[in-house]
Amino acid sequence: MNLEWYVVLSALLFAVGAGGVLIRRSPVVILLCLELMLNAGNLALVAFSRMLGDQDGQVFALIVMVIAACEVVVGLGLIVAIYRRRLPLNVDELRGLRG
Amino acid sequence: MEAVAFFAGAIGALGGAIGVIALRNPFYSVLALVVHLISLAGLFLILHAEFIAAAQVVVYAGAIVVLYVFVAAYVGGVEEPVWEPIPGQQLLAPLLGGALFVELSIAVLGSSLKSLESEGTQIKLGFGSPAEIGRVLLERFLIAFEAASLLLLLAAVGAIVLASRRESSSPPAADAGASEQGSRV
Repeated sequence: MNLEWYVVLSALLFAVGAGGVLIRRSPVVILLCLELMLNAGNLALVAFSRMLGDQDGQVFALIVMVIAACEVVVGLGLIVAIYRRRLPLNVDELRGLRG
Repeated sequence: MEAVAFFAGAIGALGGAIGVIALRNPFYSVLALVVHLISLAGLFLILHAEFIAAAQVVVYAGAIVVLYVFVAAYVGGVEEPVWEPIPGQQLLAPLLGGALFVELSIAVLGSSLKSLESEGTQIKLGFGSPAEIGRVLLERFLIAFEAASLLLLLAAVGAIVLASRRESSSPPAADAGASEQGSRV
């Protein structure tokens, strides 16, 4: 398989994730869509790493996975805190940082 | 053979991604994400990134998805109102996503990278194996490795602080939600 297929697939997955962030209102699903976008970036990194025969891209992908884990942990902690305070779990209504 | 494996992985990854954004129940979205992640791990295997594929399954499909399942079950289904703050948002968003895809594709395919049309350069034996990745990680990228470990520690502490039940140090009752919070705590 030519590597351009992988890169185009990565662009498609990124676009799907970005569209999901724009459409959905639930913060949990928006975090899931952020995961989709990070994974699309990972696929492009691994494809370019294969293209160049260099493993640096794979290490970069590993670091991206670490960042994704941190983002999920903090984001889900925020969602649990929002739910505990009985605030609406809807990003349209949570746009003000007034507490 | 490789093409069949690629298209199976691509269809799984794309179907999972579309399932994440199309399913109404967040719980089902998380399950669609599992399909997406495992298909992507298959694609990583085709690209000779064995360690990344294993880490993808263990870290994502193992740990992160479990977190998501817990929170989705704790929060429950969130009804998404039909009210749109921007008129025509439901129509505009897929359009913008499609435009983003076209733009990225033009940028990639127009970059005139010669090796995009090949199957990649010759790679040495053990490319992407845990031993090789570990050597690169601990020799050339030691600072990134240590920074990542520090970041994970900070994220864990931050999540505990955010999600902990603060009995005494709750903020003063200045907002409307405080009375409801008081009845809950």
